[in-house]
Amino acid sequence: MVTGLIGRTAGRLLVPFIFIFGFYIVAHGHLSPGGGFQGGAVIATGVALVLVCYYYRECMEHFIEAKNFKLIESAGLILFICTALAGLVLASGFFFNWLNASGGLFGNAVEYGANVGDLFTAGIIPVLNFAVGIEVFGGLSVVLLYMFAGLKETTKEEDDAEPHNFAQTEELP
Amino acid sequence: MARCSVPPKLAIFLIIAVTLILLLPAFGLSFGHPLASGTDQYYIDHSQEQTGSNNVVTAIVFDFRGFDTLGEATVLFIAVLGVAMFFRRTH
Repeated sequence: MVTGLIGRTAGRLLVPFIFIFGFYIVAHGHLSPGGGFQGGAVIATGVALVLVCYYYRECMEHFIEAKNFKLIESAGLILFICTALAGLVLASGFFFNWLNASGGLFGNAVEYGANVGDLFTAGIIPVLNFAVGIEVFGGLSVVLLYMFAGLKETTKEEDDAEPHNFAQTEELP
Repeated sequence: MARCSVPPKLAIFLIIAVTLILLLPAFGLSFGHPLASGTDQYYIDHSQEQTGSNNVVTAIVFDFRGFDTLGEATVLFIAVLGVAMFFRRTH
């Protein structure tokens, strides 16, 4: 399994923009269409592109470990539940929007009706969006990594050592 | 195993025909006019002032129906757990 130079270079160029676009979808979930699930899936697409462009073993050795993605996924779900539980502790109930219009983080007051859109509004909704985005990103990446780990793929050195596999099979009587 | 007395092609044709006959009244229904629209109109009118979110869909998914999203996130977590168990390395 060889990905050529063109594929690798294009993937390396595209991956940061895919990550930024996914982060934008997650962060603007309360202003524009999108949200945690969609943005997390977009970010996981970038991880899939990295895995396709580079060898699985290279990814494991250099910058990706499946263990870290498991931690990321669990952290996302825990952040989601803790934000919801904080509403029970600090305000009146589970999933209460205790950050809305409080002046703190994401607590700016919103103008009613049609407005330009302020990123720091909507209380716990952006926090929950980020939590779900982190969880979906980690979860889909873990699935991809486990499925790639199940593949029996050759390394670049093995491919270079035996470049004529197809020709040899054709010459059999 | 019981033998099928009706030919399979005829059985498939009968199933499709009966389904179409039963679906015919559904084409007469008008779209977009539900009988009870009180909850919908409440969300459209009040979601911005109650949650501060410009996006009504996000306001419903993450605030009014937060338990649903919690369940979705948990289902995704359990699905990933299942995949991780299925593809685990056995040493």
